[in-house]
Amino acid sequence: MHTLLVIIAVLTATLAVGKAGASELGDGDRGAAVFAQCKGCHQVGPSAKDRIGPNLNGVFGRRAGEIDGFSYSKSMARAGADNLIWTQDTLDAFLENPKALVSRTRMSFRGIKDAADRSDLLAYLRRYSDDPSNIPEAEPTITGTDHSVDPEILAIQGDPEYGEYLSSECTTCHQIDGSDDGIPSITLWPEEDFVVAMHAYKEKVRPHPVMQLMASRLSDEEIAALAAYFKGLE
Amino acid sequence: MKIDRRVFIGTAAASAILTAPMVTAAGHGKPRVVVVGGGAGGATAARYIAKDSNGEISVTLIEPTRRYYTCFFSNLYLGGFKQIEDIGHSYGTLAAGGVNVVHDWAIGVDRDAKTVSLAGGGTVGYDKLILSPGIDFVEGAVEGWDLSAQNAMPHAYKAGSQSELLKAQLAAMPQGGTFAMVAPPNPFRCPPGPYERVSMVAHFLKANNPTAKIIVADPKDKFSKQSLFQEGWANHYTGMVDWIGADFGGGEVSVDPNAMTVTIDGEETKVDVCNVIPAMKAGRIAELAGVTDGNWAPVNAADMSTKADPDIHVLGDASNQGDMPKSGFSANSQAKVCANAVRGALTGSRVFPAKFANTCWSLIDTDDGVKVGATYEATDEKIAKVDGFISATGESAELRKATYEESEGWYAGITADMFG
Ligand SMILES: Cc1cc2nc3c(=O)[nH]c(=O)nc-3n(C[C@H](O)[C@H](O)[C@H](O)COP(=O)(O)OP(=O)(O)OC[C@H]3O[C@@H](n4cnc5c(N)ncnc54)[C@H](O)[C@@H]3O)c2cc1C
Repeated sequence: MHTLLVIIAVLTATLAVGKAGASELGDGDRGAAVFAQCKGCHQVGPSAKDRIGPNLNGVFGRRAGEIDGFSYSKSMARAGADNLIWTQDTLDAFLENPKALVSRTRMSFRGIKDAADRSDLLAYLRRYSDDPSNIPEAEPTITGTDHSVDPEILAIQGDPEYGEYLSSECTTCHQIDGSDDGIPSITLWPEEDFVVAMHAYKEKVRPHPVMQLMASRLSDEEIAALAAYFKGLE
Repeated sequence: MKIDRRVFIGTAAASAILTAPMVTAAGHGKPRVVVVGGGAGGATAARYIAKDSNGEISVTLIEPTRRYYTCFFSNLYLGGFKQIEDIGHSYGTLAAGGVNVVHDWAIGVDRDAKTVSLAGGGTVGYDKLILSPGIDFVEGAVEGWDLSAQNAMPHAYKAGSQSELLKAQLAAMPQGGTFAMVAPPNPFRCPPGPYERVSMVAHFLKANNPTAKIIVADPKDKFSKQSLFQEGWANHYTGMVDWIGADFGGGEVSVDPNAMTVTIDGEETKVDVCNVIPAMKAGRIAELAGVTDGNWAPVNAADMSTKADPDIHVLGDASNQGDMPKSGFSANSQAKVCANAVRGALTGSRVFPAKFANTCWSLIDTDDGVKVGATYEATDEKIAKVDGFISATGESAELRKATYEESEGWYAGITADMFG
């Protein structure tokens, strides 16, 4: 379990480095060709069945070892009990080196060393898992923009015009006139408190999941802009 | 003619938003935006463009009804948590805010002349047209049902009189009677909607008709927040709800609105109320405008402009945009991105990068609220899901209550954001 977490943490960290904008999972059409080497054991698509390996429909978001009636290795069953969920990150780690993630998996496969091949393959497989437009909780289809910026930029002067634009996302829930039934007011906060609170959500120190999400993709400039805008409302 | 236009447009559309060219309205003064449909997408877009352009853009909103009943919280009305008037909104404040509100149906779009024709006669010209007509039903989707049967077997998937009808039928059910729902196939508006409805109907029946039964025939084998709903049904409404998914023939359904029977996988059942929610498609005006491909209108993620015509934008349920569920929250979020881009194109104002979000709250029982939400970004291909969260099974009663209170706050927020 510990190794699993560490590997995932390291991988996630590596993935997060040097990412500028949102990136697609990969090229699914190319991935279809990469899948050729998996076809001996795995099927995917409308009529896919479990063979030597389990079928791969709906693999994104599934717990490891979860298909009823498929006989998994003890190691894979244990990984599932330890909360290994197949996501972009865990699947990528598994495909790179299966035994590094699930030590005694029955999948005897050397792994795919090329990161682009893996992401193309995953983009292909992603087509056969739940679609977030139908099941909103389904796994993401892209890796988000990384917005972490040097803490010194915290002192930046916010642009209230940009803040006004961004604020339309806040005002879906927070009422601009400052009323607070069910959802707290955010108007007329001192700028610094606002910035500190938003960064606490961004760092997931403040607990609310909706706010963590909203904050996680705001850059420091954007948080400053929002703070400037909400501060300046009459 | 149209074909050439589309080919040309394909490449122009992508660059349009980046350069935000100033469109000087040819010979008619102020640039004109026409919005069709005053719901979650259309009302928001009209309001934001009018508000942020400070009178520089003329905004006309075409909407047939004088009072808009939100589908969101209409299930809570069925459950007895809201009155019908709690979910009704009129357009007076929008009009006072500078939107020219025309109560009429749009019945056609001439893309070459850039005009919209109205059922009441006459046409309205536009520089940019925004369509947010919501959904219509696919004909023949449920064997035995068509719109003429919507009184006997209501859909209540457009709120208002249909919601009131379903509520009256629910209240009139004989003791120990049967409520049937025919659930829709993907994609449809509000993925958790039918299941929140089951919860609210069960809530009402538990108090008023505790031996009644609910049968759901579903063509899908899974649905959003399924484990949360099923946990809630087992805890609050033990033995009342029978959900028949695709694996058990839930997709093999026909109905007889005269005999009030439902046949599921060959087995006929006499029912007291039957809520038929058929397969859906974009509101018909999108198809009439020639911007649909199949049932929905494909759009560019950066500004919600259609793939078929850069001067026509489609918002909300009618659009095919990628990963966002068809929800009021999504439509409202898309409307703001679109409003910013349209204003930029028409007046040269700053265009900021597209960001989208959605959260769908559902009420399972009194003070038992759950939610699922995500953030999205625009890619060249689609609006793509970046990150998300969902309530967990087994959460504390306190957290569930807070989640419900949050949804009340959201309702007040979004309706103020739409209608001013
Ligand atoms: C039971 C139920 C529960 C729901 N719960 C939630 C929820 O909790 N949260 C959430 O976010 N979403 C919820 N939704 C979904 C939400 O209601 C829709 O996704 C949202 O309304 C879509 O907005 P829209 O602008 O695309 O369409 P709509 O809001 O439906 O607006 C379309 C408007 O266009 C008008 N129109 C149509 N054709 C024409 C024409 N030819 N000319 C002029 N006007 C026209 C219609 O009269 C209508 O007013 C729920 C839906 C249902 C059915």
